[in-house]
Amino acid sequence: MTLDKRMTTQEMVAGLQDGMTLGIGGWGPRRKPMALVREIMRSNLRDLTVVSYGGADVGMLCAAGKVKKLVFAFVSLDAIPLEPWFRKSREAGQIEVLELDEGMFQWGLKAAAFGLPFLPTRVGLGTDLAELGDLKTVQSPYADREVLIAMPALRLDAALIHVNRSDWRGNVQLFGADTYYDEWFAKAASKTFVSCEQLVDRIEDHYPDDAHANTFERCFVTGVTEIPCGAHPSSMPPLYGPDMKAFKAYADAAREPGDWSAVADIFVASDADAYLSSVGGREAVMNIPLAIY
Amino acid sequence: MAAADGTLADLCIVACSEAFRGNGEIIATGVGPIPRLAAGLAKLTHSPELMMTDGEAFLVEQPVPLGPRKYDDRKKAGYLPFSRFFDSAVWTGRRHAMVTPTQIDRYGQINLSQLGGTHQQPKTQMLGVRGFPGNTIYHPNSFFFPSHTTRVFVEKEVDMVSGVGYNPAKRIAGGNFSGVDLRTIVTNLCVLDFGGPDHSIRLVSLHPDVSIDEVLQSTGFPLSTGQTSETPLPTAEQIEIIQKLDPLNIRATVIKDNPPARRG
Repeated sequence: MTLDKRMTTQEMVAGLQDGMTLGIGGWGPRRKPMALVREIMRSNLRDLTVVSYGGADVGMLCAAGKVKKLVFAFVSLDAIPLEPWFRKSREAGQIEVLELDEGMFQWGLKAAAFGLPFLPTRVGLGTDLAELGDLKTVQSPYADREVLIAMPALRLDAALIHVNRSDWRGNVQLFGADTYYDEWFAKAASKTFVSCEQLVDRIEDHYPDDAHANTFERCFVTGVTEIPCGAHPSSMPPLYGPDMKAFKAYADAAREPGDWSAVADIFVASDADAYLSSVGGREAVMNIPLAIY
Repeated sequence: MAAADGTLADLCIVACSEAFRGNGEIIATGVGPIPRLAAGLAKLTHSPELMMTDGEAFLVEQPVPLGPRKYDDRKKAGYLPFSRFFDSAVWTGRRHAMVTPTQIDRYGQINLSQLGGTHQQPKTQMLGVRGFPGNTIYHPNSFFFPSHTTRVFVEKEVDMVSGVGYNPAKRIAGGNFSGVDLRTIVTNLCVLDFGGPDHSIRLVSLHPDVSIDEVLQSTGFPLSTGQTSETPLPTAEQIEIIQKLDPLNIRATVIKDNPPARRG
């Protein structure tokens, strides 16, 4: 078996099919595999179930009509709290949803990672989530007899993740203050496609001292591709912050008439190189300051 | 001397900070300028044992000021990223959050997900439930509302129950609701708590020059009223600390027209 997992983004997207359940790593406007999302935007893929701590990844896929169902706890661009394209899609009743608490969401990824049908939790009791999401309860078989929500496994056909570094075998390294639930997206998925800021040949020859940043192991990586600035306009600490100017242009474009097909080229572009030039090139992106919260 | 009494925002920050008094070694989370300044003020005055983050992923022993600063200005004392937030803070009950939902009802149920329409097609889509269902079943929560109106304090139940309250109809038999602990509500008019009969919402204190009638007319449901006092004015020492935590006066943008603490 070859351990060379290098693929193009087109090959990655060719590995996806209509109707698949797709997990997208990152959190809001942070660490999103946007280059891979843009590659999906260029494809004919449709009827996707998207599982995401949502940002512009969700907004864009909804706007382009690629989403059949969304599994979410929020969709936000931080400084622009309400994601405008997601909002339009919801208010037009265009997508099915499973709305979850942020903690239940990661619990569902963990259930999938461990091959369990569900994991029990108190979260969701006393709110509208269980009824709206048709979430069932389960009773403890022990003396306490506690009734809990059975959070179903969020099994992913594929996960998309953007990381700081990888080698061609899929030995990844993730930096920045917080890597969110990327490792659980990888473990919950049948296939995981990773884009990286920097691809090296054998990571142990280059960055052995950073091995602790290997937050998920290479057995969870199906394919890797190098795309510098591949998270833009979301942030990729410690390299670059969120491009709020780009997010603002994206949000402004959602105002009336707010026709995605008229503006899609601006936010997707024909390929990764064309996209990077259109936003000012690598140096400009690397100079975007990290967000202060 | 209106200036010496501070602004209504300052008064609200002090009132909010009281919610964190004596909470012990827990994460104090204030979302939005006034709750966040309140958590910082509490830590720097009466409750130094409180723990808090820099708003991103690191625990700090010196609350970070609001507004632009250098990324590395905060001094890291510990680590609490989202990737372990549920393990360490939320699901262990070691947190007290103060937030501003869009709606709250007589049961303390809150909503920040959607308004009107249906779940399939809401009239107005907001953020989504975020972490509210988990927060409200596992750890103490308090609320701050900069505009106390019947649109916020709604007459019926909230449009989408995103946070657990004390509504008996929502108590699933056999469920463990022992962690539900709603504490304080601070608004631009008054301080409320959940100390009425069956945890109903009760008026605790009125801000200076505010009448009970004004509060009742601005609330979509009945309040328990009994012994009410006047919310204390901020002290000079408190105002000085607040200014250090908010050097750009971002708090002035929170309450309409940034009125003084005393209407005068």
